[in-house]
Amino acid sequence: MVTRGYRVFQVVNAIVLTVVVVVTLFPFVNIVARSFSGEQEIRSGRVSLIPRGFNIETYRHVMSDSMFWTNYRNTVLYTVVATAVSIVLTTCYAYVLSKRQLKGRGLLIGIAIFTMFFNGGLIPNYVLVSSLGLRNTLWAIVLPNAINVFNLLVMKAFFESLPVELEEAAAVDGASQYGTLWRIVLPLSKAILATMLLFYAVSFWNSWFAGFLYLDRQELFPVTVYLRNLIAGATAGVDQTATSDSALQIAASIQAVTIVLTMLPIMLVYPFIQRYFVSGVMLGAVKG
Amino acid sequence: MTQPRPEAGRRTWRAAVRRDWQLYSLAVLPLLFFVVFRYLPMLGNVIAFRRYSPGGDVLGEYWVGLRYFKMFLNDPSFWQVFANTLIIGGLTLLFCFPLPIVLALLLNEVRTRWLKGFVQTISYLPHFLSIVVVAGIVLQVVSVDGVVNQGLTAVGHDAISFIQEPGWFRTIYVSSEVWQTVGWGTILYLAALTTIDADLYQAALVDGANRWRQTWHVTLPGIRPTMMTLLVLNIGTFLAVGFEKILLLANPLTYPTADVISTYLYRVGIVSGSFSYAAAIGLFESVIGLVLVLGANRLSRRLVGTSLW
Repeated sequence: MVTRGYRVFQVVNAIVLTVVVVVTLFPFVNIVARSFSGEQEIRSGRVSLIPRGFNIETYRHVMSDSMFWTNYRNTVLYTVVATAVSIVLTTCYAYVLSKRQLKGRGLLIGIAIFTMFFNGGLIPNYVLVSSLGLRNTLWAIVLPNAINVFNLLVMKAFFESLPVELEEAAAVDGASQYGTLWRIVLPLSKAILATMLLFYAVSFWNSWFAGFLYLDRQELFPVTVYLRNLIAGATAGVDQTATSDSALQIAASIQAVTIVLTMLPIMLVYPFIQRYFVSGVMLGAVKG
Repeated sequence: MTQPRPEAGRRTWRAAVRRDWQLYSLAVLPLLFFVVFRYLPMLGNVIAFRRYSPGGDVLGEYWVGLRYFKMFLNDPSFWQVFANTLIIGGLTLLFCFPLPIVLALLLNEVRTRWLKGFVQTISYLPHFLSIVVVAGIVLQVVSVDGVVNQGLTAVGHDAISFIQEPGWFRTIYVSSEVWQTVGWGTILYLAALTTIDADLYQAALVDGANRWRQTWHVTLPGIRPTMMTLLVLNIGTFLAVGFEKILLLANPLTYPTADVISTYLYRVGIVSGSFSYAAAIGLFESVIGLVLVLGANRLSRRLVGTSLW
């Protein structure tokens, strides 16, 4: 039963969704276009969707900066170590929390959930990380954010959905609780482990504030802090009377290139990882 | 629930530990994480009540009572950032809470499967970007030579230096927030929409309800628990709004409209080193956040029967 009014709605809907798609993609295309454009062309405000004065010199220039690569390597290192630590801790705790018969389970869950609604705040965290001597180490990035409670609840929900009989059978066969987790549960949990891996990896790859706050030496920065300093330098440059316009404009195209290079890995894997994120969020929503 | 006698309680604990010690041992490291990196900082807030000097005692030198709280409550610049926080938080809530619902309802009406999937995939994309990348893109798009100004000059308007204009900051912030979060925000609603019983639509159809009335009387009540849950969560994070993005987008020229509690306490505390003063502001913010989420949750439970826990 399709009324005329509903047909009109469908046309309007198609137009609205097209606008959503265009508006979402436009800034990406614009940044890519700027990254391949000449400084003069950007500066005169002629670059929108198509590169003007096409060149790859800016890419050469950015990629010849050894600090850019150092920081890019740091991002990879921090992401790998932090994700590994997070996965281990989250899996262990989520598994414990999924055991309904465990005494003290409610308390253990409460300890985690309370932190979602109340946190110590920036200053005490800063004092803590500093006084533990973690400044200017990888651990300042890894440890303070090792467990994300939302991810923890998603994983707990998954473990709870596994049939109890499996583990009971393992217990009857004399498997220890360690053995059950390692040999029975984890092999059945590859999908959720992959989801968690992506959740954590993307969030650590994208993070910048911990690095910005706790790392003082340039050679320790992740690439997001490299980009941040570039942007901040550029905006600070605008504040002052720009004596050399060309210097300012090099900054604009360099910014575009650095933005593109920073988001490139995420964009490349995005089509393949997107559905894992969606299913993970839904699993968390159903139970969490 | 009856209280077991103390001895009985102890014995049960002993039995539990004997049976499940391997499970408890798995919880040790995660618990250590929560204690050190989540609960110790909560206790660390005692420096809000003590005189703290960098390099001195971690927990401060001596008690000063509510001195720092009185200080910021009497500080006009605190009330300025407090007002900014309410305005930016309110605008964010006003746009970023309902728009995902609208988009999810629109997507739900798309009958062509691949088309729906395509729009979803595109609209989720900005969620996966680092906030630094988002800020970088925003700054380029609204720069004097950016596409927004190209549009303005094309229609004969003068170019606007958006980043330096306090009057534009909130618009830029909220727009970029909408751009980044609305698509991803539809996921939970789309999930809730699939759980609505098809029979309800049939019944509505029999009663002569058109699509619009079906949406109003079946679809919206069906996703109400999701709406309330997300509303409560949004209200809980109200005061912490946009810290990282504002830190990246604001500059001294736009502070009059852009500076919020979290960015203010960052500058006062970390940059200027007034730790106790900033900790007092932070504690104030955290407590209000907790009160807001508890209050919103209670209200939600009483009004529509939906609760976070």
